[in-house]
Amino acid sequence: MIDKKFKIANKIFKSRLIVGTGKYKSFSECAKAIKTSGADIVTVAVRRVNISNKNKARLMDYIDPKKITYLPNTAGCFTAEDAIRTLRLAREIGGWKLVKLEVLGDKRNLFPEMIETLRSTELLTKEGFKVMVYCNDDPLMSKRLENAGAVAIMPLAAPIGSGLGIQNKVNIKIIRQQTKLPLIIDAGIGQASDASIAMELGCDGVLINTAIAKAKNPIQMADAMRLAVISGRKSFLSGRINPNLFGSASTTNEGII
Amino acid sequence: MNIKNKIKITVNGKQMQIIPKFLLRDLITKLKMPLNKIAIELNKKIIDKKRISKIKLKKGDKIEIVHFIGGG
Repeated sequence: MIDKKFKIANKIFKSRLIVGTGKYKSFSECAKAIKTSGADIVTVAVRRVNISNKNKARLMDYIDPKKITYLPNTAGCFTAEDAIRTLRLAREIGGWKLVKLEVLGDKRNLFPEMIETLRSTELLTKEGFKVMVYCNDDPLMSKRLENAGAVAIMPLAAPIGSGLGIQNKVNIKIIRQQTKLPLIIDAGIGQASDASIAMELGCDGVLINTAIAKAKNPIQMADAMRLAVISGRKSFLSGRINPNLFGSASTTNEGII
Repeated sequence: MNIKNKIKITVNGKQMQIIPKFLLRDLITKLKMPLNKIAIELNKKIIDKKRISKIKLKKGDKIEIVHFIGGG
């Protein structure tokens, strides 16, 4: 079966795996993991330049934004105003309009503040940004984000960085049923099988940072995630068998001795 | 230059002293910042990087210079 293209805001991407660039031991390890993952979109954050150490390495020296799509995020923002300020700055660095919005509501569980998230989505969309939105796995809120102009719905599987895997498959399936927008699981993936499950639920993609960056072998985990996303997608497209309570022999009884 | 003539500004939360008529362009050059990898905010307003040679810094100016770092 030929798969449809993975398209976000009218741009086609090869890989359905989006990778975060935080928490790696070094920029060089991060660059290797990205290359191995096959990702063509990476999330990045906007922060102050260290003015005391002018020679400090920069992310852009290791990951070329001409070759990989940078997806600036709003990590650490708790209000719509903070998020908009951050993304305007990101746009100014180099014209980025495709952005990842995350407006948090709680420092401990890192859950999204959905009222501010919705308000930010509306405001950013009006400014011409293409907003991929980190959100909770709430079908009603997802619908409102879509109506507000989001270009991708990105529900959490579990709290950011928790590695707990997909906690609410039912909600993800409901969101899948109701939206034609790209549906991308963002946050909470722990291992390759979680990524496969996300794809088997019908998601269009998966965004992973901690599960790769903090694995004992991040490069190998990046490869595992690459394969898991491909595998899960193929499994979804192939049409699984109906689950059955009882056994069904694989070998015919015909000709039995 | 008499120290009394120096102007205090804040760059990325840190106080700095500059001479009068110091341009935003002079500050970026002094800090060796690659223009294509940063964004600049002056008193919470984003500055068009093409205009930095025309902006004279004043006492109490607050400048933020940001770039991309790793993030999820």
